[in-house]
Amino acid sequence: MAETLLEVKDLHVGFATEDGVVRAVDGVSFELERGKVLGIVGESGSGKSVTAMTLLGLTRDVNARFEGEVLYKGKDLLQVSEREMQQYRGAELGMIFQDPMTSLNPVYRIGEQIAEAIRTHESIDKRGAKKRAVELLRQVGIPNPETRVDDFPHQFSGGMRQRAMIAMALSCNPDILIADEPTTALDVTIQAQIIELISRLKDDFNSAVILITHDLGVVADIADEIVVMYAGRVVERAATRELFYNPQMPYTWGLLGSIPRLDRPRPDRLHSIKGAPPSLINAPPGCRFRPRCPHAFEKCTEEPALESHVQDRSHLDRCWLDEDYKVAHRALTISGQTEAA
Amino acid sequence: MSTNGNPGQPLLEVRHIKKYFPIRKGVLQREVARVHAVDDVSFVVHEGETLGLVGESGCGKSTLGRTIVRLFAPTAGEIIFRGQSIEKLGPRRLRPLRREMQMVFQDPYASLNPRKRVGSIIGDPMKIHKLGNKQERKARVEELLETVGLSPEHYNRFPHEFSGGQRQRIGIARALALRPKLVVADEPVSALDVSIQSQMLNLLEDLQNEFKLTYIFIAHDLGVVRHVSDRIAVMYLGKLVELSPAEELYQRPIMPYTEALLSAVPVPDPDIAAARERIVLEGDVPSPIDPPTGCRFHPRCRYATGVCSEIEPPLVDYGGGHLAACHHPLNVDKATLEATRATVRS
Repeated sequence: MAETLLEVKDLHVGFATEDGVVRAVDGVSFELERGKVLGIVGESGSGKSVTAMTLLGLTRDVNARFEGEVLYKGKDLLQVSEREMQQYRGAELGMIFQDPMTSLNPVYRIGEQIAEAIRTHESIDKRGAKKRAVELLRQVGIPNPETRVDDFPHQFSGGMRQRAMIAMALSCNPDILIADEPTTALDVTIQAQIIELISRLKDDFNSAVILITHDLGVVADIADEIVVMYAGRVVERAATRELFYNPQMPYTWGLLGSIPRLDRPRPDRLHSIKGAPPSLINAPPGCRFRPRCPHAFEKCTEEPALESHVQDRSHLDRCWLDEDYKVAHRALTISGQTEAA
Repeated sequence: MSTNGNPGQPLLEVRHIKKYFPIRKGVLQREVARVHAVDDVSFVVHEGETLGLVGESGCGKSTLGRTIVRLFAPTAGEIIFRGQSIEKLGPRRLRPLRREMQMVFQDPYASLNPRKRVGSIIGDPMKIHKLGNKQERKARVEELLETVGLSPEHYNRFPHEFSGGQRQRIGIARALALRPKLVVADEPVSALDVSIQSQMLNLLEDLQNEFKLTYIFIAHDLGVVRHVSDRIAVMYLGKLVELSPAEELYQRPIMPYTEALLSAVPVPDPDIAAARERIVLEGDVPSPIDPPTGCRFHPRCRYATGVCSEIEPPLVDYGGGHLAACHHPLNVDKATLEATRATVRS
């Protein structure tokens, strides 16, 4: 059994606004072991980024309310002071943000920004930090790192900036790397490079990765376990193969079905999930996916619990439909043949 | 999509179009170099069809799209829209043409004026072109809102009140307000979630059937364009490297670059994803200021030989409207290869 690095237990995050409390994360639990990749998948507004930022203490604010526990090596990160959090952030937990265009400071050289991250956490002189920065840039595949280290962000392409961000996130050898939509702003060709890079570096640095995305295609290759989120909740959670080949929740079917696939004949119409995710201020009672779910029935007005309905006891989902019905109906949706979810 | 196998009249023809951007330096702003954004591209778009335009960032696909609708003036070459040369027209003579050519932009957050209400965002093009009176315009905007899947009550709202997908619908409604013939959609779904992407692609398809639109659909993801395109053009560093009927391109890519682009599209199936060979292209697209000699793709191509760095391959027809520019074409049988070589030589 590998070492469990992170345990999130029943995490709730709410933000008080003029219109009411936005329950961005509403009861999320998962664990992460060393050497594993956890994929968190969901649409915009499902709470996946808020979950990630909360792990790093980036959502702390006078209007934010937290419940539950975020145990990193047994220590509850929700309880530590802001000052103490600084020591975890960057050194123990590294983060890569979605937009490489805005997450680097345009007026500082790439090398300075990486060296700053190193010098914040380690006592090392400037020259040593810069040498480390060059080495890191080499590891993430930047050509001529000795000269490129003195470039400004605008001299880098989108893919190179994301590589520089990864170098910065890895600079203090963190145990957990959190990547929030690291490839969404990039071309497909560069996306393939970055995913491969993250997967290789995870092994080199012996860390664990949380990869957040809205596209199940991105995590199919590299995730060990996948958590599907909808409207602030975990609606399905399973090992990657189990999730792809035995998905239980109609929302997961819809996500699988909406991806245009090159390995299959072109359908007449693309499948899509009707409507948009609900407001998190007044979430619908019962199953939150009910208003968009074509399989909904009376029972769905009651809240389903996150539990296992299949042989694999670690495969959890929130759905009232019975197993036979699901097996009979999901294939059409997943293959993108039916218009409704 | 309705025109498969039965191409309509050419609506737009682009001949040897070039767009270079000068780089100026010094007090005198002397031109020191040029960005070869679009370099000698030719193709025809038929009425009612969708041409997908695919390539990585920096390949010139957006510049080409913007040059076609004359947001940029081309450096050289001809643009023929409905039989009329438009590459040299001045602003006044372009104005009536603007009604017929519209654009949908990539970023739904940046392409809508945050201070204007939805009603005027969609209605202003009609005002500028002096179409209808106030009531008529309002009725038309409300009708458009319904067409794109929003509600007429959204007339007085501001863009910030909408989600990314809804904003993109507003952008589409604005493009349709003048009943254009040609819509150039520049990465209209790249900024959206997969679930919303498919809604948008279906909407664009419905609108095409309803209003007999012709699309030029720009994207970097071959998975997305497959669904909407009748033909697909692949661009690399300002050059057109392959042009083919859509399904043909997926079954039988000729240019190694296309092959690599295809293999980069993620497959949402762990077994297939693990089993298939992924061609990871090394590095980025080279600088278009000083593009590589010969075939521009040769520094990143795994089939490249000496000839690739010396001679630029011409765009040749491999039959069935499938054109490619490559010295080492893939998926072409020997007989076809010999035949095309012979015609090229003569």
